[in-house]
Amino acid sequence: MTFEEIQQRLAAKFGERIGALAPANKDPFLVVPAADIVEICRFAKEDEALAFDCLMNLSSVDWPKKNQIEVVYHLWSYRRRHSFILKVQLDRAKPEIASIESIWKSANWLEREQYDLMGVTFTGHPDLRRIMMPDDWVGNPLRKDYAEQPQWHNITTTRDNSLEGYVRLDELTKKAAEAAAAAKKELPQ
Amino acid sequence: MQGFIDNLIRGWGYDPASWPWTQFVYVAFMGLFSFIVINFAAISGGIFSWAERRIAARMQSRVGPNRVGPAGFLQWIADAVKLLFKEDLIPAEADNVLFRAAPYFMMVGFACVFVALPFSHRLIIADMNIGIFYILAVTALIVVGIIMSGWSSNSKWSLFGAIRSAAQIISYEIPAGMALMIPVLLAGTMSTQGIIRAQGPWPWQWFIFDDPAATAAFFIFFISALAEGNRTPFDLPEAESELVSGYNTEYSGMRFSYFFLVEWGNLWVMSALAVTMFMGGWQVPFLPAERLDALTGWAAFFAEVASVLIFALKTLFFVFVVMWLRWTLPRIRVDQMMNMCWKYLVPASFVSVLFVAGWMLVVRSAPAVGIAMRFLLAGAATVAVVLFVQRVAHNLRDTGDKFDFTSNW
Amino acid sequence: MSKPLEVPTMDMENKEVLRRIEIGGDMLLNMGPQHPSTHGVINFLVQTDGEVMKRAIPEVGYLHRSLEKIGERCTYNGYMPYTDRVDYIAAMFANQGWAMAVERLLGMQVPRRAEFCRVIACELNRISSHLISVGTMAMDIGAVTPFPYALREREFINDLLEELCGARLTYNYLRIGGVAFDLPSGYEDKVSAFLDHFEKILDEFNRLITYNEIFIKRLAHLAPIPAQMAIDYCLVGPNLRASGVNFDVRKALPYSVYPDFQFDVPLGKGEVGTVGDAWDRFWCRVEEMRQSCRILRQALAQLPQDTAIMGKVPRKIKIPEGTEAYSRIESARGDMQYYVVAGPGENAHRVKIRTGSFTAMGIIDALSRGLMIADLVALIASLDVVAPEIDR
Repeated sequence: MTFEEIQQRLAAKFGERIGALAPANKDPFLVVPAADIVEICRFAKEDEALAFDCLMNLSSVDWPKKNQIEVVYHLWSYRRRHSFILKVQLDRAKPEIASIESIWKSANWLEREQYDLMGVTFTGHPDLRRIMMPDDWVGNPLRKDYAEQPQWHNITTTRDNSLEGYVRLDELTKKAAEAAAAAKKELPQ
Repeated sequence: MQGFIDNLIRGWGYDPASWPWTQFVYVAFMGLFSFIVINFAAISGGIFSWAERRIAARMQSRVGPNRVGPAGFLQWIADAVKLLFKEDLIPAEADNVLFRAAPYFMMVGFACVFVALPFSHRLIIADMNIGIFYILAVTALIVVGIIMSGWSSNSKWSLFGAIRSAAQIISYEIPAGMALMIPVLLAGTMSTQGIIRAQGPWPWQWFIFDDPAATAAFFIFFISALAEGNRTPFDLPEAESELVSGYNTEYSGMRFSYFFLVEWGNLWVMSALAVTMFMGGWQVPFLPAERLDALTGWAAFFAEVASVLIFALKTLFFVFVVMWLRWTLPRIRVDQMMNMCWKYLVPASFVSVLFVAGWMLVVRSAPAVGIAMRFLLAGAATVAVVLFVQRVAHNLRDTGDKFDFTSNW
Repeated sequence: MSKPLEVPTMDMENKEVLRRIEIGGDMLLNMGPQHPSTHGVINFLVQTDGEVMKRAIPEVGYLHRSLEKIGERCTYNGYMPYTDRVDYIAAMFANQGWAMAVERLLGMQVPRRAEFCRVIACELNRISSHLISVGTMAMDIGAVTPFPYALREREFINDLLEELCGARLTYNYLRIGGVAFDLPSGYEDKVSAFLDHFEKILDEFNRLITYNEIFIKRLAHLAPIPAQMAIDYCLVGPNLRASGVNFDVRKALPYSVYPDFQFDVPLGKGEVGTVGDAWDRFWCRVEEMRQSCRILRQALAQLPQDTAIMGKVPRKIKIPEGTEAYSRIESARGDMQYYVVAGPGENAHRVKIRTGSFTAMGIIDALSRGLMIADLVALIASLDVVAPEIDR
């Protein structure tokens, strides 16, 4: 099935809540309301024509200018050999969405990764804790306004800039030559 | 040995029974022979470590140690010196006394076996008439050392290795012991020299070809000896990929090297036992034991040398086979190892003992059957060896490889 | 939000949870992060009752190098060496995934000869990656000899790829729009000679270890993954095919010039155990090496003689903000996917790399109940997880 056909099938089932397919800016996608994600995903998996048995990828994109965090779901069907892209737009101040771990088990680790790195909370996830960063890390590294804390357990996160005070050799000789010329000019003649 | 020392004392002009210094001379010689035995055990352990590294390397298309000495022969000395210089680390929470004592238990258990091994028809430190019994008893000390080292390290991974090893060694004592009873049955004595004398110099006179149950017993003993020595496919206690290093994880320096000394020296012990019990020991072809005893002068000397060489060659062959197995086979799992021991080897060894006992009765009444069986089994073994060599050559040709002993030394 | 599972955490202050587990009589072991056989820096918290495990919880993140964040800071061209490090054992594939995603963003075509160069480099890399995988798996089971044999063959491939692009591990060979260097002269003969030699070595490898009794006893019936479970947990690559699912991105969603080649896709058949057990995963990788040899021979035979190895790429790649593209390639470890969203300047706004090892780690907890510790080692090895792919 093509992207359009899939969108039509979803619209047929969910009516008003499914908007139009975003135009293909290389890849078309469908934005769905965050509150309906579990229902839509369950239908996508269990419907015979759609049969999306695999959640290929779950990423989140930070759009500070639009004050949104987008969670992108890439679905794939092994039986029908078609894919689809669902997007959910969350408020950047409090990005929360229901977990779809109960539908596809691969969401378990994928959602944990976005919780850790972007700070999206997935309600209903059985084991939501950090995965890449240490458990007591502060902050979400993939956010655009992320500022690293200066130390973690007394280990500093910055190093001295080894280029500070660094002058290239040819500049150094040039400076020395200029200084010599200036000194010669100042010599009382 | 006592006879030898008594003769020496008489040679000095004293009567051993009444001379006041007899006991002192006994103790002095015991010390001397122990010193020789421990040195032999340790040096053979070291040389086998070099041999194993070279053999393993050639099997893996590598070269192995080749820098320290000719063909890397002094590598083991360099390693020993390095380990001596290392800091003697003992984990803070380890049990001090047990941690330090554990390697010595293993060394004692291992070195004591050499006392009863017959190197040639006159060279044996103590020809006890309970030789095999003594060997089986003394090798059990190794388990004590292993458990002590694993427990006292205060590390979960070491404990794992120690418990696995204890289970393994204790379980495999049984088939090993039962399989060793078969040469005892066939020879009628537990003395190691006696068992060798009961065999003959030619392959069809060895105990391994006496009857099918004896052949089975040889393989049961060999497998059990591998398990007792913690060699692959039974090296679970030291499984590097699972337990880092098992029971010797926390050891460093010379203490660490004792464990490996025992492992490599054990190669000699298990091979020597296999050769003594089943393969005729030091028996020289063309020279049955009675004629050997009767020789004097230079002939006796050359016969001694020949018998030592033959024993050494047979033992070294099995050492090579054990090394070969280590670098070819994967490791079996703990429960599979226990299954194999209790469900397969123990019943098989019991059945073999019964079969051999029955067979001895048959042979007593019809000796020709015994001789026919020996020739049959020896012939079958020869055929098997020839087929094996042919298969290996075929495989080598298949991959476009060649046998190359000349390069990369 | 439901209470998260009570799992021991890395926070060493939380001794309460640890104590509760120990009092129950079970042992709590740390397998890793430095361990001879966890295929990189991964930690496993193992709760065991003696040898039998109750749970094995993977802890990852020791090799997290924030490659995705770096992607937001690098130019599209400049990010190529970073993709090598996503999976340094099969670096060509990571390169290709990135190149394909950006080429899709640009909407450009790659010249035919460049595609053939890419296929040749990638299939050689697939063989070398699988060699490491099967070699280390055999070593984890205890057979040390197949590992140097595999490495010996890999040395030939390393030499070939070094001649091609100058590097032996992190190649940085592909470029947006083509490849960096053309095949050197005489390269086809060298690769053919290697393939003639290698196919016989594969047979020797099978004789040595694949059909060895003890090896089969260790791996047959070990952690069989039913096809539905594999799909649900999103396993990919040889792991998925060993469970019987006939899906290979090269055949199902052909890219590059793969439609021109004929090759089989080995599927697990439960030859010595259950379908989808650890032995099937091992065997799938060995057979895939054979198929890669087939592809290489065909690629060398059909190599086009024109000389263009780079398409028309602008000097500074600028793509309108918000354009997004998705690329899927069949890496050595499975279906590697790049999700790239273009940013306002010369950088991407977001790069997400979905690797096979990451989702494979998610299944270990579910599979490890009731296994023994030795089996855990075999399971991790059979899933062919590498730490750089998991953590990025």
